[in-house]
Amino acid sequence: MSKLGRLGVLVVGIALVATAAGCGKASSTTDANAKVTLSYAVWDKNQVPAMQQLASRFTQDHPKITINVQLTPWADYWTKLKAAVTGGAAPDVFWMNGPSFQLYASNGVIRPVDAEIAADKVDLSAYPPSLVDLYTFNGKHYGLPKDFDTVGLWYNKELFDAKGVKYPGASWTWADFNAAAAKLTDKAKGQYAIAANLSSAQEYMYDTIYQAGGYVISPDGKKSGYADPATIAGLRFWTDLIKNGQSPDLKTMTDTAPINLFESGKTAMYWGGSWDAAEFSTNDYTKTKVDVAPLPKGQKQATIIHGLANVVSAKTTHPAQAWQFVKFLGSQQSAEILGQHGVIPAYNGTQNAWVTAHAEFHLQAFLDQLAYAVPYPVSKNTAAWQELETKYLTPAWNGQVDVAKAAGDLAAAMDAALAKE
Amino acid sequence: MSLTETMGTARQARAVRATRAPQHRPRFSRARGAEALWGYALIAPTGLGLAVFYLWPVVQTAYLSFTHAGPFGGGNTWTGLANYRELLADSEVRQALLNTLEYTGLGLAGIPIAVVFAALLCRPGMQGVSVYRTLFFLPVVTTPVAVAMIWRWLYNGDFGIINYLLSLVGVAGPHWIADPRTALYAMVVVGIWMSLGYNLVILMAGIQAIPKHYYEAAAIDGAGFVAQFLRITVPLLSPSIFFVSVVSVIGSLQLFDLVYVLVGGAGQSARTNPAFSRTETIVYLFYDKAFQTNDKGYAAAVAMVLLLLIVALTAAQFRLQRRWVHYA
Repeated sequence: MSKLGRLGVLVVGIALVATAAGCGKASSTTDANAKVTLSYAVWDKNQVPAMQQLASRFTQDHPKITINVQLTPWADYWTKLKAAVTGGAAPDVFWMNGPSFQLYASNGVIRPVDAEIAADKVDLSAYPPSLVDLYTFNGKHYGLPKDFDTVGLWYNKELFDAKGVKYPGASWTWADFNAAAAKLTDKAKGQYAIAANLSSAQEYMYDTIYQAGGYVISPDGKKSGYADPATIAGLRFWTDLIKNGQSPDLKTMTDTAPINLFESGKTAMYWGGSWDAAEFSTNDYTKTKVDVAPLPKGQKQATIIHGLANVVSAKTTHPAQAWQFVKFLGSQQSAEILGQHGVIPAYNGTQNAWVTAHAEFHLQAFLDQLAYAVPYPVSKNTAAWQELETKYLTPAWNGQVDVAKAAGDLAAAMDAALAKE
Repeated sequence: MSLTETMGTARQARAVRATRAPQHRPRFSRARGAEALWGYALIAPTGLGLAVFYLWPVVQTAYLSFTHAGPFGGGNTWTGLANYRELLADSEVRQALLNTLEYTGLGLAGIPIAVVFAALLCRPGMQGVSVYRTLFFLPVVTTPVAVAMIWRWLYNGDFGIINYLLSLVGVAGPHWIADPRTALYAMVVVGIWMSLGYNLVILMAGIQAIPKHYYEAAAIDGAGFVAQFLRITVPLLSPSIFFVSVVSVIGSLQLFDLVYVLVGGAGQSARTNPAFSRTETIVYLFYDKAFQTNDKGYAAAVAMVLLLLIVALTAAQFRLQRRWVHYA
């Protein structure tokens, strides 16, 4: 052990010296014509080829700038990024998501790009307004939208046929959904209508909360919406499915993730993001058996829209080049390349490439919902109250606490967390 | 520090006590000074590394625990004992402490198991010892995440092999890792299984250091395997047993990976597991506060509590060892 420790210290020591030397070299090249390498951090392995392709296309136009695409898997992305930012070693350009954005913007570790947007006359109306809003903090814009996703109702045609249930369509309501759920459940065969997933608020409870006319967080980001009766109705939609045995209980969903239940034909429906198209088109079981429709209508129609943006580190030594790259990534040309690789590009008018890439599914359903899509609810420290959501709602999903009581307690705790922001 | 070092120091200590050097202070000659300087120079690389990478972070953590810390370093505001006051009132901290202590206590059951296995493997004439040793050691060198993934499948309540085997004898098994009544014990089993190989290697080395003629003498006096095991092996192995129990307690108190991958895992947060409140450990709570909810000051306070707990328990173990550990 001690030998290993000593070796470790030696290695770390050498690494330190090396990085110190590296820092000396890298600094002070703000000249726009110098040869530079920008680091670009991403988390989706499936999109790395597309990112490489975009990077080399960019270098063709800007021979002096090379892009180093750095993949960090989702599970470690934010932990690593936070450490890198804290240590002053953040990548020059990186992917940002809604729940994390305000934390980074409010702490000044990413760069506002309003001056560059004005100077280069970038047209922000080329992107869905909810995405532009998502990446605006205190009236300043940070980065440009990359892609977006909405949530749809994926269903297993074979299981619907077996029970003689009509496929879901654009006109489906909660009542239609519940009637179908009752017919699709077959306890004896271990067959459920749907798994009421607690792990993905974006695909499950957030959607029904807004469909029920409730809200997660007030528009000013100061107050929780969980005490609102409409919000509670949105939550009860799911807990009732579990209570009625139309969804597996939380223990089963803990042991086997809802997406795996759907992919093995144990559940007939699955509320899933547009990104699942890539997964379902490669899975042997789902690629011929499933299709997708818009989410059913409650008090109103709603689906959660969320998207990523490319942002620039506040500490980058090459802000001009980094902006050039972000601008390129936000362009129509990049969006068209991106669309062929499994995500919906944010640039208006380029989404068709994505829809036609998987003709076996009715992907248009995701775009049709844009008209009433609700932005992903966020605040300055979104993660703090997202932890509270699972903490307080897990007992409700598990049937130990009534959902109204759980939601009330959650609202109080969330308000306290928001007050600390 | 290796076991032989521990034993060596203890032996020296005893020798010093026995001979008792004359009571005048050693004179500080120039030659001794130069020698000391060399000594310090030679340990400096390790010492500096320890100071920079271990001791300084401890000091930093202690400082952070009295602040409200910004998520990206800097922006720390001194809040005195506020974090500790909040911590004392936090029922989640209390529950995590209880879970951690229960896990640690139950995990100690792995040590007698390892002692028995080690004694059996060291019996004269035992065939294929190296094969067994390798088999037992494999879980130690396998990454905990991979181990936890496999166990997650074994424990699956609906499709797992454990419940399938139970169903053959007419028992409906629980959702082992999603049921608050079983989840902690399911974790303990995996923990013991993972550390068995490591303990085994240490204990087998200890057994091999016991002189053979003790056993021969005992055999002549008519002692069977069990009597030899209880009267010779266990007492003479006590330094090794002590060592593995100290390491095991410290390791158990720092449990994180099993919670993260076994209780959580499969793309889901451990928090959505209905058994989470019975399986959350202090280190998981620390991770959650520091890296999920960006409350680094509070997380530092949690870490300080863990530090105190480890120091207290280890000190207690070293005190108690006088009662049962025999350095031959």
